[in-house]
Amino acid sequence: MSELLRRYGPGLTLIFVLLTAFWLLMLVILPNITLFEASFRPYLPVTEIGGPRDVYSLNNYAKFLNNAVPASYFGIDVQIPVHLKTFLATVTYSGVVTIVCFLLSYPLAYYLAKVVNPKSLPTLILLLSIPLWVSEALRAFAWYIILTFNGPLNAVLVGLGVLEAPVRWQNGVMTPYDGIMIGLTYTYVLFMLFPIYGAIQSLDRNQIEAAEDLGARWWQIHWRVVLPHSRPGIASGCVMVFMLSAGSLLVPTVLPSTSSNWFTETIRQWMLESQDWNTGAAYSFLYILLCSVVVMVVMWLFRVKLNEIAK
Amino acid sequence: MTRSRHLLGHLYMAAFLIYMFVPLIIMAGAAFNDNRLPSVYPWKGFTWRWFQELFADTTLWVSFANTLWVAVAVVVIAVPIGTAAAILINSIAGKVRGFLYGVMVAPILMPGVVIGISTLLFWNSMGNVTGSDFILFNPGLHLSVLGQVSFIASFVMLLVLARLQSFDPGLEEAAMDLGASNSQVLRRILLPHLYPAIAAGAAIAFFQSIENFNTTLFTRGTQNTLTVYVFSKVRSGITPTINALALLMIIATLIAAIWYEVARRRKERRLAALERAQD
Repeated sequence: MSELLRRYGPGLTLIFVLLTAFWLLMLVILPNITLFEASFRPYLPVTEIGGPRDVYSLNNYAKFLNNAVPASYFGIDVQIPVHLKTFLATVTYSGVVTIVCFLLSYPLAYYLAKVVNPKSLPTLILLLSIPLWVSEALRAFAWYIILTFNGPLNAVLVGLGVLEAPVRWQNGVMTPYDGIMIGLTYTYVLFMLFPIYGAIQSLDRNQIEAAEDLGARWWQIHWRVVLPHSRPGIASGCVMVFMLSAGSLLVPTVLPSTSSNWFTETIRQWMLESQDWNTGAAYSFLYILLCSVVVMVVMWLFRVKLNEIAK
Repeated sequence: MTRSRHLLGHLYMAAFLIYMFVPLIIMAGAAFNDNRLPSVYPWKGFTWRWFQELFADTTLWVSFANTLWVAVAVVVIAVPIGTAAAILINSIAGKVRGFLYGVMVAPILMPGVVIGISTLLFWNSMGNVTGSDFILFNPGLHLSVLGQVSFIASFVMLLVLARLQSFDPGLEEAAMDLGASNSQVLRRILLPHLYPAIAAGAAIAFFQSIENFNTTLFTRGTQNTLTVYVFSKVRSGITPTINALALLMIIATLIAAIWYEVARRRKERRLAALERAQD
């Protein structure tokens, strides 16, 4: 701090501090405190705010546990609150998307970092990043066209004789969330690819060659040398893809099935359809909790620090 | 053995590129299909109709203009904030640094939906507390700007902070010894070193803002941005005008990409020629 004063003088230092303070206080900390506070207050008409009925309670959070509906987990039928069910589905399927993205990305990241001719690398990276510049809504929409009942996928598969009759892909073949997972994977796979590529790239090729010389098989090289080295990249990619998937509102709305519900959609309904901002705040807070838990689990699992994830 | 694995790698790369591009091509193709529903199959004949409807859609162009305004505002606010925060955090050490860093990075990891809602609630409650109906406190695109800045500034901060690691503070010492004023040290020594990171930060801020949906949806009030408009179109029944729009966006991206690639190759050739000349 004294360094700053000496180099840039009191005026500039004050500007730096004020800009940072405005950001962290007015745009990050205070809004989140407001959110937290509002989540304990009832939803009232404007005239009653601050009145006798405006008291703190856990009622908004209790709504999360209302309205039990039947569900089945691992073949066991249970009664479970509908929003909890949505929440669990969101977490589960976001996890599946994260794993699929990792499986798709890792070989490609290795290929880009260690196999491909370095001369064509910039072109390949540029090609790969083109879909990123096309809006997320439109990328999900592209899959809506492909998966639709009278769409090209069914036409091709039936035409080739792979399928006898067209399939309602969007309603799900394995789960009601197939369409959403396909859309999420396509939309976010690059957020897994680039961090892992960055991590593998920093691995010294000599280490791979040394392992080869010592007689390691290709899978041993990956398991013992490349994977451990790319840990921070994998952690970063997993956090990004999971957060983006669980937090996506566009993809689940564009590619829904008749029985799919994403937690962001539940929040949107409280906020924009019921106009009940307080319950919306409570649900948002639950979401923040989920995200913090995920980040901490990943940090613990991969033994990385926050500054290695956020790159 | 290695060669067959390399071949496998090339094939996988090709397959992945096909996976990335086929959906975009299909979407673009549907823009020319004379079918009321957006699809490439069944093909009902070639038409320019959807482009005509696209250009006649004034709501869309208003939304597009809004998107650009918001993006420019986000860049103008987020870049100075992110740069100042990076310089600040770079000059402190210890526990405070760890805490500040955590707070600065947290918005990136937070769902956009939550950022939008907390921004809306905060400014709205400020309005209630002060009893004022000042425009800032009501939902609108200005709140979208503030919501977006809260996490986009984090990206700028991280980029500038990374660039600061390669800065030699001795240069500033030298400048001060030679009698440079405080603002000269900043303007002539530090900022020029940071410009690449600041430029990258501005570009990322601009595109993140254009792409943004989650934060904008909750803060926008009744105004539209392009992503929100596309979203409402997709929900309310779509016509291929959206595909026509998508095609225009893809073409714009391709032109930018080709321009970038050509510039890169030209630079590479020039460097190679320079090296040869030096030999």
